[in-house]
Amino acid sequence: MLDDTDRRLLRQMLATPEAGVSDLASRAGLSPAATSRRIDRLKRAGVIRGIHAVIDWRALGYAVEVSLRVTLDKTAPRAFDDFIAAAREIPEVAEIQTFLGRVDLRLSVLARDMGHYQELYRERILTLPHIADIESLMQVATIKASQALPI
Amino acid sequence: MIDLDATDRAILRALAEDGALSAGAVGRALGLSQPAAWRRIRRLTEAGVLAGRRVEIDLDKAGFGVTVFLGVKLATKGRVSLEDFERAVTAIPEVQIVHHVLGLYDYRLRVVARDIADFERILRRRIMTLPGVGNVEANVLMSEERRPGPIGSQA
Repeated sequence: MLDDTDRRLLRQMLATPEAGVSDLASRAGLSPAATSRRIDRLKRAGVIRGIHAVIDWRALGYAVEVSLRVTLDKTAPRAFDDFIAAAREIPEVAEIQTFLGRVDLRLSVLARDMGHYQELYRERILTLPHIADIESLMQVATIKASQALPI
Repeated sequence: MIDLDATDRAILRALAEDGALSAGAVGRALGLSQPAAWRRIRRLTEAGVLAGRRVEIDLDKAGFGVTVFLGVKLATKGRVSLEDFERAVTAIPEVQIVHHVLGLYDYRLRVVARDIADFERILRRRIMTLPGVGNVEANVLMSEERRPGPIGSQA
């Protein structure tokens, strides 16, 4: 499905997502026209799903980021659906992930400061439906955040 | 800190959805002139709010069928052991994200693998051999959804 040239191009795109077509072309050793054609084809095939701006929440005054690991009460038949639908209503929830493992779900929650976090946690998070258990991991530092794949 | 008005928030939402939009296209979508949209995008970039781009890949189609989040507890603590661990874990190509966290674990890792067998190889050969590594918990990612965050329409 993907050939070596596709993989080389994807590797370059993930390493330097800001690069334009001509820059990517020279990094991947292709002509700009061939690069555009391949990017279009990878988009049509759904391999590249989109290009998104990255927002730095700290620059907007959101200094606190917490990972909330949630275990649901699975005796409730619609526990996942109800919980996710309600979590989507909270603007400070930036990511929702579901897992197979000891933890069922993880929410990434942004807050301006600890006071704001405390308020969100009490008023919005703990009132979400079907929570059996919840643990928080407070993010101290990002040591690595790479999109690169060993492709 | 930068103050945002409703138009700034709409610009951020539009670019978070499609980061390849030109200032002209953003302006057309929001009823702004191209120069007005460009000035606002420049201001958001200079304030560090717009911090680059992210290419979203379908990991399955790219040959990475398994994503696992690991919670890692260090067995030994101390400044040297943190630095040794961080240097070694950052060098593993399959580890995309390393967060230093407070709570049940010391680090949170996002690991991509081709399949479960590949993940087992990475876990045994790369993760369990990291300096100072203690208890490790693995949760396999089933689905992932990014939300607009506090610039969403309700904010």
